[in-house]
Amino acid sequence: MVNGAGTGRIEITDLGIVFGRDDRRVEAVRRFTLMTTPGEFVALLGPSGCGKTTVLNAVAGFVQPTVGRVMVDGEPVVEPGADRGMVFQQHSLFPWKTVLANVEFGLKMRGIGSIERTAQARRYLNLVGLAGFERAYPGELSGGMQQRVGIARVLVNRPRVMLMDEPFGALDAQTRLTMQELLLGVWREVRTTVLFVTHDIDEAIFLADRVAVMTARPGQIRDLMPVKLPRPRPAEVIATAEFMSLKARVLAQVREESGRAWIEPRP
Amino acid sequence: MATAPLVGAPAAPAEAAEPLRLVGWRRPVLRASSIGLFLLAWHVATQWDLDLYVRFQNIPSPGDVLAEAIALFGSAGFYVHILASLERIWLGFAIATVLGVGLGLVIGWFAAAEDILFPPIELLRPIPAVAWVPISIMLWPTERSSIVFITTLGAFFPIVLNTIHGVEGIDRQLVRAATSLGAGRTAIFREVVLPGALPSIVTGLSVGMGVSWICLISAEMISGQFGVGYFTWVAYGIVKYSQIVVGMLTIGVLGMLSSLVIRLVGTRCMPWLPRRDKGGA
Repeated sequence: MVNGAGTGRIEITDLGIVFGRDDRRVEAVRRFTLMTTPGEFVALLGPSGCGKTTVLNAVAGFVQPTVGRVMVDGEPVVEPGADRGMVFQQHSLFPWKTVLANVEFGLKMRGIGSIERTAQARRYLNLVGLAGFERAYPGELSGGMQQRVGIARVLVNRPRVMLMDEPFGALDAQTRLTMQELLLGVWREVRTTVLFVTHDIDEAIFLADRVAVMTARPGQIRDLMPVKLPRPRPAEVIATAEFMSLKARVLAQVREESGRAWIEPRP
Repeated sequence: MATAPLVGAPAAPAEAAEPLRLVGWRRPVLRASSIGLFLLAWHVATQWDLDLYVRFQNIPSPGDVLAEAIALFGSAGFYVHILASLERIWLGFAIATVLGVGLGLVIGWFAAAEDILFPPIELLRPIPAVAWVPISIMLWPTERSSIVFITTLGAFFPIVLNTIHGVEGIDRQLVRAATSLGAGRTAIFREVVLPGALPSIVTGLSVGMGVSWICLISAEMISGQFGVGYFTWVAYGIVKYSQIVVGMLTIGVLGMLSSLVIRLVGTRCMPWLPRRDKGGA
């Protein structure tokens, strides 16, 4: 077990998710199986529309499996909950709440008193480097800072799993790099299981312990590759031969799947 | 607003700044002169008893109106009318706010409530509130309650529609985010739906306030015994023409102040919205 509490074991078994019915039926995910160890960082990588966000939503409890099952620490997922917090791509902070109140939200829902709430929220704001912005509103922050608030808002609840849905996809390249490094730094501190959806190969390899490459829709895992790069990983790691060879392998697979997504749009 | 120099060789920054600085004092002066010109035209038209198809013989001059206003605001009688109107406005508006926001939240959030409650609202909405006056007199026991009813009716529709609109426009992702942070149904309503709909609700209140003044004055003119609308209509009947204009101006000022109050309360309640007045320099 990686983290102290030993929580955050995700077990997704033969997951299948179908939206709509009859001629508008879309099979988003088919026979998807993935297990994570507690405290592991797993990246889900795949062509757009391959169902990777759907898998994430199933773990979050936003969508129900059509077949198969999703369990976290041995309990089946039935509804959304703070133990499986989600960081969205963008615009998910409450615009009418200050940065501090956004981070306090989960604690407030648990009925924790305001003094304790503020203390904990401040600790996590410090962790993501946003001390001093407590009273700002989300609209006054840059995209990168908003995502940091989003991460703090999830972590303050000490979730078993942090779900991240292309959290840096809307940021410029420079900010994205900074955020990736920041995320690794934060993750080293909190050691929660992370399931990270992205279509950026560099990002997946740089961040994750394992990269799950998904097939075109209906999505299933095509290959699950361990990333053996040592941690902590400096940004320079992406220029190493090891990184490059891994990237070449992943790229070849993603290429093939993107191609299939074009050739066979739907059965 | 930044206005670029109209005539223009490519100007150095220092030269470009010059016309901008002039605008600083030119605009208020222009605006004041515009009002001055309007008053002058009014004065001339009434002084010379112009008859240009529209007839100014019976129209009071600005001077008459000013004298009348000083006299009226110096006596207690006029305030009785002002207070009567204000009481009806705020009472009607408050009832409309409670009903409109309440129903709007429920209709916007629960699909079933929309099917049950919304059709009658849609059906009655196109009827102007003033058309309700005869029925209202029959429905309600006192003149005061029937006028408050008309005022409520006028404000209700914009408030309820804007509230529904606001709730339906809430980003579903925020609701998802809240549930994944542990929020239950009540918490979502309180923490997401209500504040999310607030900007739209305030717009509804602002529009509703305007409509309810129109309704109030119409209702008072038709069936009142007090109120600024009644006062204005009676002044016509008893041939006190300058009182008509004082009544009109009073209505205008009161309406403007009411809207101002709504706007101020609105901005106070929504500190997260960017201030408009901080916009262009």
